[in-house]
Amino acid sequence: MAETIHVGHAEEHGHHDHHEMSFLEKYVFPLDHKMIAMQYMFTGMFMALIGGFFAYAFRMQLAFPGMDVPFWGVVTPADYNALVTSHGSVMIFWVAMPVLIAAFGNYLIPLMIGADDMVFPKINRLSYQIFLISAIIIIASFFVEGGAFGGAWTAYPPLSTKAQYSLTPIGSTMWITAVALEFVAFLLGGINFITTAMNSRAPGMKMWDIPMVVWMIVIASILFMLSVGPLLAGGIMMIFDQQLGTAFFDPDRGGDPILWQHLFWFFGHPEVYVVLLPAVGIVAEVMTVFSRKKLFAYKTVLYTAIGTGVLSFTVWAHHQFIAGIDPRMANVFTVTTLLISVPIAEMMFVYIATLYGGKITLTTPMLWALAFVFEFLIGGITGIFLGASGNDIYMHDTYFVLAHFHYTFYPIAIIGTYAGFTFWFPKMFGKMMNDGLGKLHFWLTIIPFNLIFLPLFVLGASGQHRRIYDYTNFPELAQPWQQDLRQLATISLVVMLGAQVIFFYNVIKSWMSGPPAGKNPWNSGTLEWTATSPPPHGNWPEGLPTCYRGPYEYSHPDHDKDYWPQNEPA
Amino acid sequence: MSARPIATTRSAAGMPTARLAVWWIIASEIVIFGGLLGSYIMHRLAHGVWADYAAATNPWIGGFNTFVLLTSSLMAVLGHQAAERGDGPRAAKMLYLTCGGGLLFICVKAYEWTTEISHGMTITANTFWSFYYTAAGIHALHVIAGCIIMLFVAQTAKKNLELHRVEIIGIYWHFVDVVWIFLFPLLYIAK
Ligand code: HEM
Ligand SMILES: [Cu+2]
Repeated sequence: MAETIHVGHAEEHGHHDHHEMSFLEKYVFPLDHKMIAMQYMFTGMFMALIGGFFAYAFRMQLAFPGMDVPFWGVVTPADYNALVTSHGSVMIFWVAMPVLIAAFGNYLIPLMIGADDMVFPKINRLSYQIFLISAIIIIASFFVEGGAFGGAWTAYPPLSTKAQYSLTPIGSTMWITAVALEFVAFLLGGINFITTAMNSRAPGMKMWDIPMVVWMIVIASILFMLSVGPLLAGGIMMIFDQQLGTAFFDPDRGGDPILWQHLFWFFGHPEVYVVLLPAVGIVAEVMTVFSRKKLFAYKTVLYTAIGTGVLSFTVWAHHQFIAGIDPRMANVFTVTTLLISVPIAEMMFVYIATLYGGKITLTTPMLWALAFVFEFLIGGITGIFLGASGNDIYMHDTYFVLAHFHYTFYPIAIIGTYAGFTFWFPKMFGKMMNDGLGKLHFWLTIIPFNLIFLPLFVLGASGQHRRIYDYTNFPELAQPWQQDLRQLATISLVVMLGAQVIFFYNVIKSWMSGPPAGKNPWNSGTLEWTATSPPPHGNWPEGLPTCYRGPYEYSHPDHDKDYWPQNEPA
Repeated sequence: MSARPIATTRSAAGMPTARLAVWWIIASEIVIFGGLLGSYIMHRLAHGVWADYAAATNPWIGGFNTFVLLTSSLMAVLGHQAAERGDGPRAAKMLYLTCGGGLLFICVKAYEWTTEISHGMTITANTFWSFYYTAAGIHALHVIAGCIIMLFVAQTAKKNLELHRVEIIGIYWHFVDVVWIFLFPLLYIAK
């Protein structure tokens, strides 16, 4: 990216011709990046409720085998598989991705770089529409003959390709079709994010003046773009195997089932960083504002993120240590996996250094941001255990792995989202959220979260395998203490899901009757806070801002106010 | 919507947004085809017998189609040159010729496939043929999509509007061409 700024003469004429937009134009087929962001946000949250409900149903079965689960009924083995599979798929592809990348990306990128919209508003709208169709397909698959796909979110063949094994002739194909469409939607969205951030920055905004969250979403989009292609091709091959009878993944007829695992994890591992990086960025914004300090080592964080991105293409086979790969290759992947935890650890240290000596205010978003660091650390450290191939031969496919990745994904997708949502809520809706309710919601989410997943580490280490319908069939896994821990996890889950009511109540109540937020309630220095709350179509009708400095000029010695906004001339 | 966003008129990276975007599209397409062809090559190396299957393809038809696509790419270049000079109608004409090339390519392909299928070489015959139809089929979809977009671009170019799009669709078309340059030896020639 060249650092020169070309200010087109077209800058002067903006949105002078405001015509009244119809309801459909404004809310259903919008071109405004903020409205598309809201579509993604609320679709994602709705899908999170669905994914959470799935988890509730199958956790009830594990804690109280055979019970008649309220709102679902008896969970049959086929139900169980479909619920687990859909839970994982929905949470990753229809919650983490749309909320962290698409919703925050759409909302924040133009506002934070001082632009009036995305560079391709129509592609942006198309991206959401394709995404919505994919979401409808995945939900609809529960209602077709044979029910929803039950072969796990990783969809390993031959279970996923042969109907006589999966017993879901239609559901399997709907699953892979929905996933492929979702990829297309995010490829379209990603092009928008990358080009907008590269090209449409406010005059004066140099590379190092870009807020960290924008960088992170852009790097995540690039990672996504460069990793998803092989799986998209693999998805087409899988559909052909399922519906046309080809044998790409069928060992009986010259195919190779491990090929799918490679294609899946070549994407699957970078994907975890695709969702991690935006959350890291969100937390960086929140932490700097509420500790009134510059982000520690801005450039290092950036290089680290890029380094992580590059490395993330070299670790995928750590998911396949027991899939029969050559032990020498396992060594290589162990080394790369251990290497990749270094940059991740560095990011955590950067946060701590940012907090150090800061003037910390414990608002709700700040609590979420701190919880992110605390909880993600547990996820990261347990990843190192799993990366050691010798150890992973024992741990693989146990609840230890499951607890590991929930300690990474949950901080990212849930904690990171709440940090961002409560932080930018005043901008999005023009009202302040209730801080007391926010904190209540925080504690009633965080404590049960730990009570769900800490026991699962213990259970996993005691040998409890994943994806088992009823542990009472395995006497050594059905000891009373194990069943007690399962019930603890399930009850905590129910408490945590219930606590989300507080959040939705708070959102609706604050939106309706919260105190007005004003332009910049947190005294933040980045550009989005110079627009009105909520910003109108075009963001700054009075003229787009110019940028004069970096995003985190807090407590600057040469400035009397404790922050120095990016748009204020020296 | 009203006027175009100001965002679209900026180019902080020093490259027009549309050109930037098409390069990113191509990057993501490269990994799609890369994954597919990588899988193919791994299989091919593991199964010596695939050479026999590949011998049944018709390199003359494939060669002719290569020639057709290369010529059409030349037309796209001429169209770009005309657009640079501001000669919209000529640029449009060149784009129509490019499309014609694409159409010819598809027709030849249709003939080729019908013959092969009628000789029992279907997509399920064995994994070589599965790859053959899948890879060439996905490529053909790109040819068709490129042609359709090109017709739209030509429509506006004819009126001397949005001439920069001629270059953009040209870049995309060259890419589709290059993919074929990889497919042709891999599927037809390598024995
Ligand atoms: C500190 C860096 C990390 C290391 C060293 C690491 C290592 C590993 C390893 C070795 C496995 C495979 C375990 C097995 O299946 O036997 C694994 C599984 C997994 N990790 Fe991580 N991980 C790290 C960070 C993350 C992050 C940031 C995420 C998510 C955002 C994540 C999500 C997952 C998921 C989803 C799985 C399991 C997938 C499945 O089998 O269903 N990991 N991790
Ligand atoms: Cu991984």
